Amino acid sequence: MSDSEYIVEVRKVKKSFKEVQAVKGVSLNIKPGEFLALLGPNGAGKTTLVEMIEGIQYPDEGEIFIAGKQWKHHQHELHQMIGLSLQETRFMDKLTAWETMRLFASFYKLNSHRVDEVFKLIALEDKKKAYVDNLSGGQRQRLALGVALLNQPKILLLDEPTTGLDPNARREIWNILLDLKKKQNTSLVLTSHYMEEAEYLCDRIVIMDQGNILGEGTLPEILALSGGHRSLDELFISLTGRHLYE
Amino acid sequence: MNKITNHQLYRLIAAHFMEIIREPSVIFWGVVFPILMAWGLGIAFTQKGGVQAKLAIVKEIKATDQNQQTKLITYLSTNAVKKDSSYSIVLKNNKLGDATLTFIETSWSKALTLLKKGKVSVIIEDQSTGSKYHFDPANAEAKAAYQLASDLAAAGALAYASNQSDIKPLTISGTRYVDFLIPGLLGMGIMMACSWGISYTIIERRSKKLLRRMVATPMKKSNFLFALITARFSMNLAEAVLLFLFGWLYFGVNVQGSWPALIVLFIAGNIAFSGISILISSRTSNPEVGNGLINAIVTPMMVVSGVFFSYHNFPDWTLPVIQYLPLTMIADSFRSVFNEGAGFLDVWREALVLTTIGTVSFIIGLKVFKWY
Repeated sequence: MSDSEYIVEVRKVKKSFKEVQAVKGVSLNIKPGEFLALLGPNGAGKTTLVEMIEGIQYPDEGEIFIAGKQWKHHQHELHQMIGLSLQETRFMDKLTAWETMRLFASFYKLNSHRVDEVFKLIALEDKKKAYVDNLSGGQRQRLALGVALLNQPKILLLDEPTTGLDPNARREIWNILLDLKKKQNTSLVLTSHYMEEAEYLCDRIVIMDQGNILGEGTLPEILALSGGHRSLDELFISLTGRHLYE
Repeated sequence: MNKITNHQLYRLIAAHFMEIIREPSVIFWGVVFPILMAWGLGIAFTQKGGVQAKLAIVKEIKATDQNQQTKLITYLSTNAVKKDSSYSIVLKNNKLGDATLTFIETSWSKALTLLKKGKVSVIIEDQSTGSKYHFDPANAEAKAAYQLASDLAAAGALAYASNQSDIKPLTISGTRYVDFLIPGLLGMGIMMACSWGISYTIIERRSKKLLRRMVATPMKKSNFLFALITARFSMNLAEAVLLFLFGWLYFGVNVQGSWPALIVLFIAGNIAFSGISILISSRTSNPEVGNGLINAIVTPMMVVSGVFFSYHNFPDWTLPVIQYLPLTMIADSFRSVFNEGAGFLDVWREALVLTTIGTVSFIIGLKVFKWY
């Protein structure tokens, strides 16, 4: 057990899939209410790390504490505490947005009142009766975000919530998250390969590549790393020799 | 807060059920298609009489006997209806039904082509002294055509109509092909609906990461599977009732045995195939692999389990295996309730074995089940 000031504590965590070492001994702490961005190209280990925090994967080595609890022993309590959206989840095509939300609400024993609140929050009230397969990419992502927010989670974990969306749809998601930051004491872990997203939303940025953390800090701190870069993009190239988008 | 509509099991069943009934193709393949199949096959094999035989006839005259006539063709040219180079003759029989024989006069090589294409079943070499018949003795249709043609050549068209007094057509219900078919189709419906409706749904949801998303909530995993099976079962029940109503109203198919026994068997069949479906779909997240797996289980049973024709046509050594396939057990025991008047005491063993197969498959499936 741990009774620290952090809501999430990741300690020297390693995870391999067959021959590939996806996460190579990562440590990370997140404070309550803090918004954290995990930046890195595809294959950096962001998703694996986030899925270990979500309890979907188990680390080979190291430990993860969420509000002082571990997945092995407190699965039920931790599920109540977190909200998440996975990369590219597809909900059932022939359910309406409202039915989808009702279904997930039932897992948390929530009633339709809370479902209505969340629809308002994600500004999708006019699409309540639309089938999921008739929603646009942005609307689906907002629905996924809504599902993640149903239980008023202490920690929200969003895996590339805006990948593939046009700038408007992306901004709509950002506004919902900023609104949330003002109103609730929710911590956010967000993976992305868009630097502007990290700059716009997050208190702290962690840069990952090939299973390691290359640098972390607030935006000014991280730009000061290895001698004052003007942008995250420049910093990333100097750290890895590659573009973030690769 | 305690309303049943807020309960996760209720919402899961409703979600699965909505997904089934909102997909028009599901309704077609689950409801309309089996009825069409029963109708088509029932009509094709239950129609009274209706023997239609086509034979090729080749004139064989020696070079020295050019003026002589061959026997059968001579008979046909006076007694049959001639159109182009074919003769057709209708043989009447009130009890057996009418038989229409069509003789196509052609050359030997063309006759062979017609035989290979299945357009005729017998080639007759017609000579002045008599006829020679070429056909495959293993082919029942060809054998019947030969019988009819040779009787016609020997004794004329009236021979077929005579001696009707010793023929007693069976009118007892439960002895027609459609009586054999409908219980088989009911069994096959359960198998198809479970394997596609449960297995494929699970595999597809795993591939879309929806299972992974759902188990990252406080959802009870057993509720998810129970809801999927329940929604599928209620749909199977509706499909079976519609198919039965069709068989009953259109063909007069009846349940001569015990209804409670039939219901128990229906439930046992659903348990068997639900369990098997969970096992099939317990690991893979690739819908194409899933497709192959489901076909590998379903297709052999569809062929050998005697849904469309009796499996007693297969070699004797295969029968002990075939008889214990789940679909065979369902089809056989459905038939004994439908057609032989079986009661619960006659089918409880099958019901028990089916339930056991389902339960064991379910337990194994759940042990190795991958949620993500």
